[in-house]
Amino acid sequence: MDSHRLLAKLWKSLIALVMAFFVINVALMVAAVATSSVARRWLGTWLPEGYTLGWYLAAWKEFQLGSVLWVTVEVVAAVVFLSILIGVPAAYALARRNFPGKRLLMGLFLIPLMVPPITYGIPLATVMYQAHIAGTIFGVILSNMIPAVPFMILVMTPFIEQIDTNLESAARVFGASTFKLFWHVLLPLLAPGILAASLLVLVRTIGMFELTFLTAGPDSQTLVVALYYAVFAAGVRAPQSVDAMAIIYMTITLVWLLIALQFVNPTQLVSRVKEHPQTA
Amino acid sequence: MTQLETSSFDRSLLLLVPATLFMIVLFVYPFLYGLQLSFRPAEGGWLANYAKFFATDNLWGTIGTTLKLAVPATVINLGVALPIAYQMRNKSRYQKWITTLLVIPLTLGTVLIAQGMLGYFGPKGWLSQALQFLHIYDDPIRLTHNYWGVLISLIISGFPFAFLLTLSYITGIDPTLPRAAATLGASPWNQFRHIYLPLLVPGLAMAFALSFVQAFSVFPSAVLLGSPAGATRVISIAAYEAAFEQYDYSMASAVAMVMGLVQLVVVVAILSARGMFYRGPVSGGKG
Repeated sequence: MDSHRLLAKLWKSLIALVMAFFVINVALMVAAVATSSVARRWLGTWLPEGYTLGWYLAAWKEFQLGSVLWVTVEVVAAVVFLSILIGVPAAYALARRNFPGKRLLMGLFLIPLMVPPITYGIPLATVMYQAHIAGTIFGVILSNMIPAVPFMILVMTPFIEQIDTNLESAARVFGASTFKLFWHVLLPLLAPGILAASLLVLVRTIGMFELTFLTAGPDSQTLVVALYYAVFAAGVRAPQSVDAMAIIYMTITLVWLLIALQFVNPTQLVSRVKEHPQTA
Repeated sequence: MTQLETSSFDRSLLLLVPATLFMIVLFVYPFLYGLQLSFRPAEGGWLANYAKFFATDNLWGTIGTTLKLAVPATVINLGVALPIAYQMRNKSRYQKWITTLLVIPLTLGTVLIAQGMLGYFGPKGWLSQALQFLHIYDDPIRLTHNYWGVLISLIISGFPFAFLLTLSYITGIDPTLPRAAATLGASPWNQFRHIYLPLLVPGLAMAFALSFVQAFSVFPSAVLLGSPAGATRVISIAAYEAAFEQYDYSMASAVAMVMGLVQLVVVVAILSARGMFYRGPVSGGKG
């Protein structure tokens, strides 16, 4: 009996150790980037010789961060807004109605989340180059919506399913028009779900590399793609200014992530794909 | 909800039209276009692209290279995630903190992880210095610009993903089942072996498939952290080069189709293997 308890304790410590090892290394990795971004000169010593904030200014100018950030804001805002506009009505119909071909349609919305972006991104970029929308901000927004719309639908469908249908029926009985029903009954009920889903889409779109990379032109890069090019061509630039840019990127992501975590569960960030579409 | 179904056409189904159209125009159409484009090579017969792919070493070889990275990464990620997620199956402050901490590497994205690893794991980084300081390993370590760099980055970004996915499956299991087993004297190990594991198999298969797909499509870290011309020339690099360096969209589509096919084969194999285990509801009461 005692040896059992000892074994259980050892097992628990081992798990805590693995966990700590992972978290500490990742934290130190981020700390290394942060230290380097404020380092005057840092070559093979524990800590840099001096500190400066100059690299942030340099990164801002060198990588035209002002316009890159503006593009990022435009892309993310448009993707979130359009995904709500297209996704929420579809989620409502999927949650409330049964119809032939429903499973097929659910499959259509599920596949883009299970296939890596590169696979469909390359044919998509080819089509977009022929239609002359690749390289424009419009193309970047459209391609980022491909995973965002299905994600919105898959998060919102179970949320709408748990809203009591009697509320809608009651509003109808009292003579509410479709518009009034939507504006005064459904929208307030849906708001928390839409907020949560939008934040998830927002965080995922900021970090979406492949699709933006494949369809963006020089004037339509988002921050993550600009960061890739900066790292890719790191040889010609001071590494510290690339690090400064990485920290700016991380700060933006983290702020939004912390906001998102006020409203959603961390496990929702990894698309919680249902195995079988619910046919309630 | 059956009372809402009517025999006449239901106008609320029109709500589905924009989303369906969007997916058909931007997902289904490009995919089919790419498929037919891959059969119309710049020169040669309709199968010339595929013939070239399987006859050229630095194209054909990318499948093996990618699998050599994706399979170990997926096995490690899921193998470590499962015991840790099992340990944290009960809701607690501890669980909330760990999940929050683990979400961070997930959202940093592969590019930032690559940049961080170049500094931290590099030959002059803190890790190398610490190992030298402690005299564990005296030469500068080489964990970047090779196979290991890419594998580590796949673990940093993939482990949190596998963990959160596994955790959501474990917490979805009705806790009264193991509690019943515990009252009958089952040890934690036996609870895991006879109750959790059989119920988890479908979820684990799904988690494996999703983690694998992520690792298989590795791209930025293979370029930034690996040796994109050699040991980590993965299949997405081959597809990218065909499209944006040789401007051979037909060949690029063919590579993308091969990539999709390999994934499909692995995912189908995993998901059909799970059919050999228990299938049924994992949450008690009404679903």
